[in-house]
Amino acid sequence: MNPAAITVEGVLRSFRGKTAVDVERLELRPGRTLALLGPSGSGKSTLLSIIGLLERPDTGRVLLDGAVVTPRDTAARLSMAAAFQRPYLFKGTIADNVAYGLRLRRVPASRVAALVSESLARVGLPGWESRSALTLSGGEAQRVALARAIVLEPRVLLLDEPLASLDPLMKWRLARDFDSILRQSSITTLYVTHDQDEALTVADDVAIMREGRVVASGPVDEVFGLPVDEWTAGFLGMEPAIRGRVVEVADGVAGIDCDGVMLYAVAAVKPGEAVALGVRPEDVLLFEADVEIPISSARNHFEATVTEIVASGATFRVVIERGSVRIAARISRASLADLKLAVGVPVRALFKATAVRVAST
Amino acid sequence: MGIFIDAFRDGLAMLVSGATDVWTIILVSVQVSGVAVLLALVLGIPAGFVLGSKRFIGRRMMLVIANTGMGLPPVVVGLVVAMLLSRRGPFGNLELLYSQPAMVIAQLVIALPVVAAVSAAAVSAVPRELRLQARSLGASRFQEAFMTLKEARMGLIAAVAAGFGSIISEVGAVTMVGGNLAGKTRVMTTAIVQYTRMGDYGPALALAAVLMGMVLVVNILLTSVQSSAERYER
Repeated sequence: MNPAAITVEGVLRSFRGKTAVDVERLELRPGRTLALLGPSGSGKSTLLSIIGLLERPDTGRVLLDGAVVTPRDTAARLSMAAAFQRPYLFKGTIADNVAYGLRLRRVPASRVAALVSESLARVGLPGWESRSALTLSGGEAQRVALARAIVLEPRVLLLDEPLASLDPLMKWRLARDFDSILRQSSITTLYVTHDQDEALTVADDVAIMREGRVVASGPVDEVFGLPVDEWTAGFLGMEPAIRGRVVEVADGVAGIDCDGVMLYAVAAVKPGEAVALGVRPEDVLLFEADVEIPISSARNHFEATVTEIVASGATFRVVIERGSVRIAARISRASLADLKLAVGVPVRALFKATAVRVAST
Repeated sequence: MGIFIDAFRDGLAMLVSGATDVWTIILVSVQVSGVAVLLALVLGIPAGFVLGSKRFIGRRMMLVIANTGMGLPPVVVGLVVAMLLSRRGPFGNLELLYSQPAMVIAQLVIALPVVAAVSAAAVSAVPRELRLQARSLGASRFQEAFMTLKEARMGLIAAVAAGFGSIISEVGAVTMVGGNLAGKTRVMTTAIVQYTRMGDYGPALALAAVLMGMVLVVNILLTSVQSSAERYER
């Protein structure tokens, strides 16, 4: 594996005696997008400032491509660029804004115009160079802020809640655009957000922060699929991991006994192994309890009882239980009404073996 | 109205004829106030930048001093500077009293707090996050400061106008430390006072017209700079 583009080691930062960041180790792998996810006040932005060499930690160090760097290291600072929650555009034209970092890097004026045009085209604003930067909508301004950062082709791009101040429609349109722009540019990116859907859209890897610490990190599927503890599960809108023991493995599919409920997962485990399981609420389908489930590619189906229904934005999070197996399903308001779901109602749950994340315990 | 017409005719004739004493007065005024404004800008804008953008112990007190300084009565400044430069004062050995440098010092003391306080207000209106944004794009401390001043340019133009306005029409302090010596420390304001006392309205009106013209030209200049900055910001 390539060495990490950024490594954070033993970083501690306190404000007035209160620990804001306490991270033992965190890596950003080259060319990938790491989402730093956590609730407000969990230390995400402070960690971004430290990684971006905008702030010095009390202890610990930041390594860029294996070399220790500090805010005094001009070359390292020039290899990074950031965009924040609010676009913070300078007075002047859009071209002036996008060219700002290029001019700091003494890029010849003859190349600046071409690079600015190219960058604006990449963020979907071709030909906007001469417009004033102060008359843009939130989404347009954020695109300019992104263009201003990516035009520098930074080694590391830092995005701090770049979509948080936008309306939901603009937010999702821009999240998809950001994802495609970041993938095309292959820039190593640290993407701070408190919104897990946004993280799921743009990130390859995710690190979850709580009270200054990284409590879980790894590829998105792993971290989102199997919460490491109750808090993380709650934060991700999932139920804590289900405990079970592998009883059979055939053709790569493991049969796991979870307190009398047999669940199937595609996992490299051995019979007799104690494991923890998790399934994303989006992957769980609910049916009426008495319906006959037709033969399908979904290996897991069992009857359970609804124990909790919580509204979550435009959808509902329905928790079902059977014995010690407790999982959540995310369903629409229409489905909730059609199924006549309420606490105590029996339902049948269905999900694929590939949707189940498994870890040895 | 005859008095005005006569004075206007006399004054105009004096200016057109190039009467040496009138033009010397104008030149001394421009020299003294020009140097004082320049020094006030050189010292006041950086001071305003520090007061407006940095957080340090004593900042609040310095802001109070700068803001109070904006309302400093020129005669008080004149009195203190005169005492400091007098033979028995701590800087008496420099023998600056009744000289142009003494007038520059007095005008500088009047203009400096004005420039510093207005600059500080302009700089503090630039969001801290904008400076962080500049840093995050690779700006050095100096480049960050330059960006901040550029963002605050409208306020800085106001600081220049306020600084210039506070001294060009000032009469009390320059009289006290300059002494109104003909050909040496006599400036437009002190000369206008003197000519008026003598009932010599012609040269007084001529100098008043030049003074007004000068204020008008400088303000037209600053307003046009401000307008072009406004257009750029729109």
